[in-house]
Amino acid sequence: MTTFKLSVNNKEMSAEADADTPLLWILRDHLNLVGTKYGCGVAQCGACTVHINGKAIRSCLYPVSAVGNNKIVTIEGLSVNGDHPVQQAWEEFDVAQCGYCQSGQIMAAAALLKRNPKPTDTDIDAAMTNICRCGTHVRMRKAIHAAAGKGGTAK
Amino acid sequence: MSTIPSISRRNFLKVSAIAGGGMLVGFSMIDKADPALTADEFTPNAYIKITPNGTITLMAPNPEIGQGVKTSLPMIIAEELCVDWQKINVEIAALDAKYGNQVAGGSGSVRGRFEPLRKVGATAKTMLVTAAAQTLNVPAEECHAENGSVIHKASGRKLSYGSLASKAATLPVPSDVKLKDPKDFKIIGTRVKDIDVKKIITGKPLFGIDTRREGMLFAVVARSPAYGKKLKSFDDTETRKLTGIKQVLQIKNSVAVLATSTWAAKKGRDALSLEWEDAGKLESTADHDAAFLKMLSKKAPDTSRNDGDVEAAMTASHQVLDVTYTTPVVSHAQMEPLNFFADVRNGKAELFGPTQVPGSLRSQVAKELNIAPENISIGLPRQGGGFGRKLMPDNGVEAALISAAAKCPVQVQWTREDDMQNDFYRPSAAFRYRASFENGNLLAWHQSSVWLNRGNNSDTYPAGALQNFRAESQGLTTNIPMGYWRAPGHNVLGFAAESFMDEVCHELKKDPVAFRLELMEKAKQQPVGKISYDPDKFKSVIELVAAMSNWGKKQAPGTFLGFSTWFSFNTYIAEVVELKIISGKPRVHKVYCAVNCGKVVNLSGAENQIQGAIIDGIGHAMLTKITFDKGAVVETNFGNYRFLRMKETPLDVVVKFVPSEAPPTGLGEPALPPVAAALANALFAATGKRFRKMPFDEA
Ligand code: FES
Ligand code: FES
Repeated sequence: MTTFKLSVNNKEMSAEADADTPLLWILRDHLNLVGTKYGCGVAQCGACTVHINGKAIRSCLYPVSAVGNNKIVTIEGLSVNGDHPVQQAWEEFDVAQCGYCQSGQIMAAAALLKRNPKPTDTDIDAAMTNICRCGTHVRMRKAIHAAAGKGGTAK
Repeated sequence: MSTIPSISRRNFLKVSAIAGGGMLVGFSMIDKADPALTADEFTPNAYIKITPNGTITLMAPNPEIGQGVKTSLPMIIAEELCVDWQKINVEIAALDAKYGNQVAGGSGSVRGRFEPLRKVGATAKTMLVTAAAQTLNVPAEECHAENGSVIHKASGRKLSYGSLASKAATLPVPSDVKLKDPKDFKIIGTRVKDIDVKKIITGKPLFGIDTRREGMLFAVVARSPAYGKKLKSFDDTETRKLTGIKQVLQIKNSVAVLATSTWAAKKGRDALSLEWEDAGKLESTADHDAAFLKMLSKKAPDTSRNDGDVEAAMTASHQVLDVTYTTPVVSHAQMEPLNFFADVRNGKAELFGPTQVPGSLRSQVAKELNIAPENISIGLPRQGGGFGRKLMPDNGVEAALISAAAKCPVQVQWTREDDMQNDFYRPSAAFRYRASFENGNLLAWHQSSVWLNRGNNSDTYPAGALQNFRAESQGLTTNIPMGYWRAPGHNVLGFAAESFMDEVCHELKKDPVAFRLELMEKAKQQPVGKISYDPDKFKSVIELVAAMSNWGKKQAPGTFLGFSTWFSFNTYIAEVVELKIISGKPRVHKVYCAVNCGKVVNLSGAENQIQGAIIDGIGHAMLTKITFDKGAVVETNFGNYRFLRMKETPLDVVVKFVPSEAPPTGLGEPALPPVAAALANALFAATGKRFRKMPFDEA
């Protein structure tokens, strides 16, 4: 067991865990940030998507020992009041069905808009590779375009 | 708040189910002497709570699995209660006899509860109006309810529900209340966002997997790696060397590892040395498929419908079409892997987690652990999908057994691989369809199917529209557990029947839409035998989707359409899949769907369900299958158990509802069965090739 110091959502946090523990379980079980979800554990579904230095990564295969000084942002820290343009658009379009995949989808969409503020459908196709078992893709696509229209990268 | 009056008295509505799913309403009074009741809440029934400070809480009685009933059911109450939707709170009801049948399945939540919940709301509203009339000393007829207040128009006075709560609580419950004229609906039939939308977009704990309790341990379980094997022995030496491991327990045929975190428990589980022995046949998909084809070549013993004389119409003198369709086993793979929290100590069990059947979970736990049902509480979180998997309560029962053995609260977490290997699958099936033709007419239709576990038949269209029609079905026994998967039976029957119908149209050189309409007209004018569907409602969706999709009109170059229609859960659906060939490859560009499901409660939620069912149906038609190899699942995770990604999904799914004031019918399932055929038919239009075997991607 090692003590890891982490920057999560602009706060210093620490967790005592085996070095191979995926960041996903550090967030969920050690730091009680349960918005980041477990879906497959093999980097296929994206339910566990968080930002590391602003880029979307799948935290289920990302060992805590690899985090170092990099800054982690989870769904809980994407915005202070839940009003990131992507979150607003997700609300406006009532995207969710079961809702389980949605924090990962929102994190993926927010990272997309950060590097590409006006994505085309083809850009969205390429970037949004998370699974939504409920099939909310049509609404997600519309929400991303709407968030882009409002300046999806603003915070 | 400070204005709480001193009289304390609460009413409890006794609700019991009566035939047809209604509620019987009766009151028991708890007198003001009860010191535990300090606030004068108005709880006219189990579904509504109004406190003197004006907080209105509505209960959603059925499990929320992503089908939207945590929003739509309270909408029905709120409509008749006349409250402002923005100002109410909603909770998912824990398991309690007061709420009747608390099941999520069969597209039945809204269907079964529409009328009863309207009465629930109207009863409370009537009592609040009476309370206001008495307070203001005016006739009740002069008062009306609006947005959480009662208004006396003549004098312009207005009393909020909160201020009336304690008085209303003392009134007798009216036995007969007037329901709104649907023309006056303000909430039902509008677009309402999911009640949890803010919590979902900010990652608040909502799901079973998010449960955290004082002193709780995390458990991951080693279960049999194949159907037909059982535990012979195990050695936990390596497991016990790891950090965070607290207990290792054999529970029946499994071994549970309890630890201080999910990851520690999983590492511990993976470090177990386990020995399994054969306890039954080790079945493989290849054997099932071979047996299916053999069975299909013979006449099935069970004929569910036999109109006219099919065999006489299939003689050599007729042109006969004879084709076979096959569909694989699939897993539910709901997005939230199974889990359950259990705290079983001192003869009591507290359970919390994802299930579609809390009632049967309770009876099974009562039996397994010999605990009286009244000592078992079951709470329901929002659930990360269901699709029928959690109609089996095994995850909750297992958690209860583990907690009882460990004597501490436990959160059992399944890995995705555990979830895939331990399911109650959609059975695989094979279908043989035959049709004969004479002088450009369809003379006879014969459908024969074989399914894993048991036969499955449908008496629906085109039965009733054809002189000669026979349907038969049989089952192949298996030791692999089969269960219910979104739109059971219909999900693959719709594919085979509507693909074949397209082939028939092609033989007849008839337009697929026009020919269905022709059949409906026949079923209406001269029905053959009993018909289980309403031809006019069928026509309503067929005609609507044809208009929506510009069916029969010239399409843009590289655009191809496929049509299909199906009836299930009392709902009529017609769909058109629009394909575009993009750099030589077909992509589903758009899907059009017309729905006749009676009155729609929540337009936003309903449309979302339809869009989701269509994408679900396309994904499972194109990509998804489970293969068994000697009892073990080959597709153990999303690497080879594939779902559609954004790049494969339609850019739009356009949904229209046929306007209707009829009571609501099913919604979560009926849009799935027709879409695979609409896709196959569009692929045929585009490529000239028939896709008769799912998943199409392998063809
Ligand atoms: S849980 Fe990480 S990608 Fe599925
Ligand atoms: S909303 Fe259920 S998995 Fe995406």
